[in-house]
Parts: sequence; C-alpha cells; structure tokens
Amino acid sequence: MTAIPVTTRKDWTSDQEVRWCPGCGDYSILAAVQMLMPELGVRRESTVFLSGIGCAARFPYYMNTYGLHSIHGRAPAIATGLATTRPDLDVWVVTGDGDALSIGGNHLIHALRRNVKMTILMFNNQIYGLTKGQYSPTSEVSKVTKSTPFGSVDNPFNPISLVLGAEATFVARTHDMDRAHMQETFRRAHDHKGAAFVEVYQNCNVFNDGAFEKITGRDVRSSMLIPLTNGEPIRFGAERERGVVQRPDGRLEIVDVDDVGEDALLVHDEARADPGLAFALSRLSRGPYEPTPIGVFRAVERPEYGEEMSRQIVRAQEQRGAGDIEALLRSGSTWTVD
Amino acid sequence: MTEQLERVVIRFAGDSGDGMQLTGDRFTTSSALLGNDLSTFPDFPAEIRAPAGTLAGVSAFQVHISDHDILTPGDAPNVLVAMNPAALQSNIGLLPMGATLVVNVDAFDERNLAKAGYATNPLTDGSLSAYQVYEVPMTSITQEVCKEAGVKPRDAERSKNFFALGLVSWLYTRPTEPTLEWIAKRFAAVAAVAEANTRAFRAGYDFGETAELFTSNYEIRPAPFAAGEYTQITGNQALAWGLLVAARLAGLSVFLGSYPITPASDILHELSRRKEFGVRTFQAEDEIAGVGAALGAAFGGSLGVTTTSGPGLDLKSETIGLAINLELPLIVVDVQRGGPSTGLPTKTEQGDLLHAMYGRHGEAPLPIVAARTPAHCFDAAIEAVRLAVTYRTPVILLSDGYLANGAEPWRLPDLTTKSPIEPSFASGPNHVAADGTPDFLPYVRDPETLARPWAPPGVPGLEHRIGGLEKADETGNVSYDPENHEAMVHWRAAKIAGIAKNLPRLEVDHEEGAELLVLGWGSTYGAITAAVRRVRAEGRKVAQAHLDFLNPFPLNLGEVLGTYPKILIPEVNLGQLSKMVRAEFLVDAKSLNKTQGVPFRAGEVADEIVKMLGGGA
Repeated sequence: MTAIPVTTRKDWTSDQEVRWCPGCGDYSILAAVQMLMPELGVRRESTVFLSGIGCAARFPYYMNTYGLHSIHGRAPAIATGLATTRPDLDVWVVTGDGDALSIGGNHLIHALRRNVKMTILMFNNQIYGLTKGQYSPTSEVSKVTKSTPFGSVDNPFNPISLVLGAEATFVARTHDMDRAHMQETFRRAHDHKGAAFVEVYQNCNVFNDGAFEKITGRDVRSSMLIPLTNGEPIRFGAERERGVVQRPDGRLEIVDVDDVGEDALLVHDEARADPGLAFALSRLSRGPYEPTPIGVFRAVERPEYGEEMSRQIVRAQEQRGAGDIEALLRSGSTWTVD
Repeated sequence: MTEQLERVVIRFAGDSGDGMQLTGDRFTTSSALLGNDLSTFPDFPAEIRAPAGTLAGVSAFQVHISDHDILTPGDAPNVLVAMNPAALQSNIGLLPMGATLVVNVDAFDERNLAKAGYATNPLTDGSLSAYQVYEVPMTSITQEVCKEAGVKPRDAERSKNFFALGLVSWLYTRPTEPTLEWIAKRFAAVAAVAEANTRAFRAGYDFGETAELFTSNYEIRPAPFAAGEYTQITGNQALAWGLLVAARLAGLSVFLGSYPITPASDILHELSRRKEFGVRTFQAEDEIAGVGAALGAAFGGSLGVTTTSGPGLDLKSETIGLAINLELPLIVVDVQRGGPSTGLPTKTEQGDLLHAMYGRHGEAPLPIVAARTPAHCFDAAIEAVRLAVTYRTPVILLSDGYLANGAEPWRLPDLTTKSPIEPSFASGPNHVAADGTPDFLPYVRDPETLARPWAPPGVPGLEHRIGGLEKADETGNVSYDPENHEAMVHWRAAKIAGIAKNLPRLEVDHEEGAELLVLGWGSTYGAITAAVRRVRAEGRKVAQAHLDFLNPFPLNLGEVLGTYPKILIPEVNLGQLSKMVRAEFLVDAKSLNKTQGVPFRAGEVADEIVKMLGGGA
C-alpha cells in the first residue's frame, strides 16, 4: 500500500458546475466537506458519496470521488450493500429531510440500528426544495406552503429524537453557518465505527429562508445554540451564564448558572450506553426558535454490521473449509446410474 | 404377491399440521434412490395451520413415479391417501374412477365429517363405490405402538404421517432404510420422537404386509437414466446452487439482498446456509432495500442478487429502472405466484411475464430468462448471471411456485464444461482527453456488446459519478440535451436487442409434416412435452419449441413461427407470451390459458392440440 497522497480541496472537487441556487446553504456544506477531505487521511479512490433524490442529493456530482446519485430515499439501503461488501471503502450518504425522513424513513432507521459502516449527512431545511416548496416531515405545524395553503396539520419529526429511538450509535447536529463546527462534527462522524448520523441545519433561501436564523444568526448564536462537549458541564450564552440541569423527575431544564452553581449542571456524556439522556437533550428545544443543543449527542461502540457479516463467513470457512461446489452438489442423497 | 407397474401417481392429503409435505418428500427421496424417474407437486394453503379438520387447512403432496422418463406430476392421482374427511372432500374430485383411496378411518368421526361439510359418512353412504377404498385405523394403531416410546398419547398421534408413509412404502415396495436413517438423523435431538416416528413407520409397513387388506403390492422398476451421478432437487435449491456456480465461474462474490416472501424464501434460506462460499445474505427491511442493497453491492463489484415473488417485484421496479440506467449487473429472481396483489401466495402462475417485460416507467428494456423445470433453474441461473455480467444489465429470472417447490431427479453436471463468465473490470483509462491526457469515461461502450465499463470503487484515476438522471453519452455527466436522451434511449435498447445474436438458436422438436407448433415458456415445459408425446403416440403430427429467453427472443424465432400454419401457446396466464409473439411477428398464435393456481395437466394441452389438428384422435 502506497502512502496516502497529500491532497488539497481542488483534488476533491469535480469538474461539474455546481447548480444549487445562489445563496443556498448547500454551498457552505460542500465547501466544508471538500476542505475537510484532505485532512481525513483517506484516498479519493476509496471514497464514495451516495445520495437519493432532492437538492442535497446532487452532492456526489461535485465530489471528485466515486459517486452514485440514486433514487428517492433509498441511499442508505444501497449504501448497505456497498459498505458490507467493500469494508475498505469510506461510504458517505448525503440526504435531506424529505429523502431521509419521508420516503426513506424505513431505510434510515434500519441502517442505523444495524450499525452499517456509513456516514450520513442529512441536510435539514424543513422544506421540499427540488419540487418547489412543499412542506416536509420536519416542517413546523401550520406551515403554509403550496401543498398546505391552509397550513400543515402534520406533527414534525425531531430527527435527532428519531434516530436515537433507532439506537443509532453516533448522533450529532451542526449547521451551515459554522464551517469549523461542521468540519469537527463531520470528522467525528467519519471516524466513528459503524453508522454515523449528522443533522445539518441548512438554509433554503428560496423556499424557507431564515428557518434557523433565530438560533444560528451570528448575533444570536451564542445565546441560542447549546454546544455539547463530552465530559463538560452543558453551558451556553455569551458569558456561558446559562446551563442545563436534570431535575429529580428526569426532566431537563435550562437555568441560570448563578442560580444553581456549576456543580449542579448536567455533565455531557456522549458515551452513555442508555440513549435516554441524549433523547432528553434532543427534546430540550421544541424547534429552531428556542435554545438548541448542537454537537455530538451520542457516540457509543457497537459491533459494525459488515464486520459481523464477514466474521460469520470466516468462521464458516474455518469450520467447513472454503466452499466446495462438487461437495455442495452431493450434499443431499445421491445415486449412481451405470 | 408383487405386481409390476410402469408408473403411479400418489397424492398424500391431510391437515396442514399433519406433515403431509414431509411424508411426500420422504416417499419421493426413497423413490429417487430406487432409481425411478419422478416429478412432484406440493400443493399447500397459504395459512400455516388453519383450524384442524377444515377444508381451508388441507395440505397435499402429489408425486409421480415411473420406470420411464416423465415430465409432470401426473394428470390424476391413482392413489389418494386421505388423513381426514376434509382431505378426502377437497381431493376426491381429482381422482379418476377406479382409483385407490387409503383413508385414516379414525378421523372420520361426526365432528370431522361436519367440518368437511359431509352430511353423511362417505365411507358408509356408498358415495365412494367407484373407488377401491382401504380403511385403515392409522391414529389408533400409531397411538398403540407409540405407547412405550416415551411420548405422551397426544404427541404419539402426531406420528401418524409416518404410519401412512410406512404403509405406502410397503404398497410400492420402497426400501425402508433411507427413511429410518433419515428419522434417526432428523430427530436425533429428541430420542422419544425419533422412537415414536420409527415405530409408527414400521407399524405402517407391517400393517400392509400382515393385515391382508391389500391383495398385492407393486413394484416400479428404475427408469433407464443416462449414466451418471444423480440427486433429487427442487427449483429453489437448483436456482440457489446455480447462482453459486455462476459466481464461481465469474470469480465474483454473491451478495443476496432479499425480503422473505412465499414461494421465494427458500432461495434466501439455502444461500444463508452456504457462508463458506463467501455468500453474503442480507435480510432487508423491505423488498426495496433488498434490491437496493444488491445494486449497491454490484456497484462495489459483487454479484448482486435479489429474490422475490410478484408483490415484491412490484416494489423493486424503481430500483430495477435505476440499474438499467446505471448499466450495472443485477439478478432479479421472480418466483411467480397467483396474482394480482397478494393473490395466491402458495399457488403457481405465469402471470408476471409482461410485468418483467414492461413493468417500469420509461423505455427500460432488460433481458428475461425463464426456467422450464426444477433442475433447469440451475442452468437458467447461470445464463442469467452470464447475461447480467457480460452486458452490465439487470436480468429478470422467472421461476414459479410449481418449479420452486417441485422436485425431480437431476444428473449432476460436469462443471468443467461451463465456460467462464468475464467481469472484465475496468483497470485503467479508456479514453484520451482533448489535451492528450488519458482519462476514464464511464459510458464508453464495448463495440461488440455495447456494454459500458464496470468500474467498482478502489481504482485510482477511475473516480466517476453515475446516477439515475439521464447522462451524456460516454462521459456519463448529467445531460438534459434532447438529442442525447434519444441517443441514450436507443443505446440501451440496442444493447439488449443485440444480446440475441449471442443466444442459442431456438431448437424445434419438429416432425415431418407437422402443421402445428406448440410454443411454450417456463414451467409449462413438462405438460406440453407430455402432451406432444401423447398426441404423437396417437399418430398425429405436431412440433414443439420452448423459449428459455423471453427478451430478447432467439434470432430464429420469427423464422420458426413462419414455418407452421398453426401455432398454439399454452400459458398459465391469459396469454402474455401470445401477446408478445403476435405483436412482434404478426402471427395468429392461439392462446390456451389456465389460471387456477395449478399447472396444466398434459391432457388439457393434448386435447387442445387434437382440437386444433381437427377431429378426434
């Protein structure tokens, strides 16, 4: 094996013209990924970007790696076949809130519970962009769109809660306004063994502009985003003056640190085996207008699906020898005619 | 006294919980070991165990054994073994006058008679006078002999199928050793059950010999098979093994993505047992994930396979379309069953041919291969893989419920005669860019096959992006250009059509002077061939041909059709091949149809042939 060549962003950029709307949050996510790749110590030829359908799903065309732009919602299923047969590859799945949570909800939860080796980046813009502005499974109740002129009556998914319910082993959230945070989160997700899920708050400036402005805007960010740091008390605010405590009944609450003292704050433990506390953190905010945790909610170890599959094959071959076709054909009763 | 028979058709029928499939299967195996030719037809309900004693719960297994080459499980049973009144009620209509009936008389009580809808006991009311009836107290003798086996009386009753098997084994002079050995092995973990089944089987055999109920028993001599080593095989098993052999021929690993569905699940089960062959089996969350994962594996350079039945094929359509657009090898096995919708899960039909042919949006052609007998599923699987890999295309392999569960003797093939399958993975640049640098274009085609390169990830310099959007010729980049789309539609069509020149010519079993051709595809092979033999034995002239490749058709099909003034196409559907043939060749093919969830009887096809030839036999 030759040494991994030194690369720059340019090496990871394909020759295809990027066709997202000017001002789309996808540009900053693409830049973050292209700039991160040279730092990950991976090879272009061993990297695959896979996607379904939607604006986000065009992502693979812009990466100078192997890529597969598939069909709506199915990328995690297709990635499962690729990742389990090719453990040597880095498989990235790029998806959106409609692709992953609506038509592809089933594949997403099953890829996560199996812990198949893939890094899933879900761009959540709370709207259908490519079909021109219908509400999505993460849109807020009463959202008025072309398909809901009287307001939507659907209760939205909380993606982090959903994937924690599926017992995903790596769950994180980041947003398109903070490249450094995106890159750190993507790096952690990439380095995780098994399936990693990252929700990326992404602005659709055409159909749902400003959906996350109340929490990601530069002037409000410090008071509205709650950074999760493993092993540290959960604090936020310009002066880190606010924090999260767990009440005796298990409920999480945001408090002023001065009122309770630093020792009373909840210390973030992303490696907790029980996903319950991470779930509670995911429920801290009812939507992107209240203080919202970002960062890694959960990072635990569990056997990786493809590895386990391969282990069974190795064990069978050790016990029975490599498959012998002639013996297979004679595995039932046989008789000879002279 | 032992009499010689040329052939016999036996039907075992009982409750779903009575073990009739197992009984039939064991009888079949000992007949195979004896050297008889045989053909089986398991016929069971979709319910696992409908209420005991009801008509809905009747499960049957028909086996045809003979001393000569046979092709079907038999038009009508010569012997019916009925374990209860419901089994009698639902099967008696299949029996010709004079047939033999062996009934478990213990089960003919008032309650069971009522459940089967009998107002009076058919054993005593004279309604069975046209048959030779043997009343055997199977339950009570089984319970009696099992008393000391260490099982509870309630459990002892469950061994009565082995009593029936023992009795019929005596009646047809089957060797007892294979069954006794099998019982010992199968029930090794539960000694009491092994003992009870052994005692019941012996008691049945001895009952035949000593009860003086039967005036004689029968011998069916071995059939004159070609020299070689044989085993008995079902369609699903043959198909699974065919995939393993094909993967070996291609030097690829099998990845099976599948979701359990009747009657295809046994392929998943069989491949799941064979991990030492490097097979990866993935029981997916749904049918779509099954085919999706198989396609993902194909993108990665494995032999991607998905197995399903009709409802599953519906769900896979979109992914198959993607595979057509990506031009990647993919095997889609459809074990057809009665439809539409859930239809008849355990019953056979050939209803998916047009679905396989046209069941996708857009111009989306793919090759279709069909198996003709259970053992032929092996070769059909190899041919499907050969086409998929050579032409970088999804292939639909059609089997059906009748082939999947039916068994026949199979002469083990000489695998050294199978030609290798070449995946020919891309290993370097295939094009020179305008500036003179070599590069890789994923949609540059092989001039002979029109196939594009198969370039799994991992090779430096071959990085490329493909997807479901229309792509520019050669570069594979997204293209909405009208002329390009039209060119690509034509490329995809031409690639599949061009396969015909490498397919074997359609062989015709011609008879000098024949004016009628019987054309078939898939599992009608046995019934059609038996019918043609029967008609010929009556001195009539008829020709026969059978299609293993449904898309594209063999190059000489048009010429063959043009040779005969009359064409008959029997199908277990409403005439799907017939439509394709009429549309393509403008011939007035006549369709013979059946959609009862069961295969054609040879007699039904023979009658139609005679009718078309004019006059009686």
